[in-house]
Amino acid sequence: MTDVTTAPLSRAAYLRSAAVAMGGGLIKAFNANKTSWVGLGGFLIVVLLAVLAPAIAPYDPLDQNILYRLKPPSAEHWLGTDFYGRDTLSRILWGARISLAIGLIAIGSAMVIGTLIGMVAGYYGGRTDIIVMQVMDVLLAFPSLILGLIVVAMLGPSIANLVIAIALTAVPPFARIARAPTIAVKNREFIEAGRALGYSDLRLMFGHILPNIAPEILVMGSLWLATAIRVEASLAFIGLGVSPPTATWGGMIREGFENILDSFWLALFPSVAILVVVFALNLLGDGLRDAIDPRLRGEE
Amino acid sequence: MTAFVLKRLGFAVITLFAVLTIVFFIVRVLPGDPAMAILGDQASQAALNALRARLGLDQPLYVQYVQFLGGVVVGDWGVSMVSGRPVIQEILKVLPATLELTFVSLVLGAAVGIPLGVWSAVRRNKLPDYITRMASLLGLSFPAFVSAVLLLIVFAIQLRWFPVISSGQGTTLSDRLRDLALPAINLGLIMAAYITRVSRSAMLEVLNQDYVRTAHAKGLAFATIIWRHCLRNALIPVVTVVGLYLGILIGNSVLTEIVFNRPGLGKLIIGALNQRDYTMLQGMMVIYTLIVVLVNLITDLTYGLIDPRIKYS
Repeated sequence: MTDVTTAPLSRAAYLRSAAVAMGGGLIKAFNANKTSWVGLGGFLIVVLLAVLAPAIAPYDPLDQNILYRLKPPSAEHWLGTDFYGRDTLSRILWGARISLAIGLIAIGSAMVIGTLIGMVAGYYGGRTDIIVMQVMDVLLAFPSLILGLIVVAMLGPSIANLVIAIALTAVPPFARIARAPTIAVKNREFIEAGRALGYSDLRLMFGHILPNIAPEILVMGSLWLATAIRVEASLAFIGLGVSPPTATWGGMIREGFENILDSFWLALFPSVAILVVVFALNLLGDGLRDAIDPRLRGEE
Repeated sequence: MTAFVLKRLGFAVITLFAVLTIVFFIVRVLPGDPAMAILGDQASQAALNALRARLGLDQPLYVQYVQFLGGVVVGDWGVSMVSGRPVIQEILKVLPATLELTFVSLVLGAAVGIPLGVWSAVRRNKLPDYITRMASLLGLSFPAFVSAVLLLIVFAIQLRWFPVISSGQGTTLSDRLRDLALPAINLGLIMAAYITRVSRSAMLEVLNQDYVRTAHAKGLAFATIIWRHCLRNALIPVVTVVGLYLGILIGNSVLTEIVFNRPGLGKLIIGALNQRDYTMLQGMMVIYTLIVVLVNLITDLTYGLIDPRIKYS
């Protein structure tokens, strides 16, 4: 007997069609809720500004000018200067790079690790599932800010350690999100058919289950990126961010907070920056979730 | 019912045990010698040894572990390395302030969030719904310290309605309320944002049910249907989610306490971190774990009060 059943669709072609279907689904999801476009646009603008920061920032973010301290917004310094006479606008632009880098790397890793854990637990079920998810639940039970706080305090505040701390708090939710649909999908006919054809567990998981759960995970990713940026800023505000003088938004608010009585704009502008990014990401993720969530999709 | 309570209780104990074990080993792998941290690096070897013996640090690890677990159970959480006072006393001293803040915020959040969520669901895809959805999404985008700083700038610095630094030690009721107002509004509005969203989606699910159509058909007043028949059913997911958001509430309360300089667990943990007070940190992690496990347990058991149909088995 020849392998006729699988011949018409090669692996590459299958992946391509899956990707096209997912892409088409994504565009449809975006159009179902126009606010997602607004969120995506806002986020991309911030990413663009962060990438271009070295070129467009009017001043060096670390350049101190003692003669020009704590100045309110003016023509030379659009958003004013801080306690050391550093340009606030330039520091916000450079700070975006730190926030985005930490957030993207942390959530990217949490997404990969968490999804793997959740898929394996859901796919194999039984004792593996119980033990793995119990560990995730214990991690999940602990307030993420407190967990992050302790990890960073232990390891020391560096970009790498912040990434580890934030990723650690974000792995359990991804494991949970990946597990439920894996269980739902693994008993469907097409997986059973794959098993009957002798496909390996790995092939079934990555080739067939993953494309099915990927949209949900990506949506979670955008929402958790918002959380990651919030947590990173919170840690920096507490004093556990990337060490000064590097510009971070949370750190700028911390410094501005010390001069809040006479120069409140120091804390105000980085606050607005954080808010814009987090809100844009939440708009993006929230709109997409509404469109992807099968329960809501049925009603619209 | 009893079996269910026992089962949940068992889960709670296991979780507690697991986290305590993690806490114990985390604190032990921290770099640095606690005895040297207390006495300074000028201390003599004899003094260091004496202190190590007093703190039990000269015992094998498993003995320390058993002592630690036993201590947690009987309320002996060790002595703060900085103040020298028992950890549990220091924690219990500030715990009421944190509980007061979080409780008032939760009530405020529910009082604002539930009606808004219901309103938004009833007016689905109309203007009030859009505005509520955007506002709640904006609300949960706020890091707690950012909203706290903004509230401080507007109401304490620009309008001068509230003191910039609240002592949290006010003796008269009006003093206490003044101290509590801005921090509670800060935490409460963020909670309201979360609660609004859950209430809305829970209401939407209920509004499509057959029994609601029946209620309309038999001519019940609209308000009766919404508030008596729908809300009661919609409240279950709301309670669950509020339990799930406890972690966010705790994290936000830490940030709020720092910005408003309020005494509480938040200020305590930051102080312990800055001064490397390991026994205090260990105690803080124990108390946070206790709170989380306890609230999850209460959340589970509350379902029965709201929904008599739930059979505990």
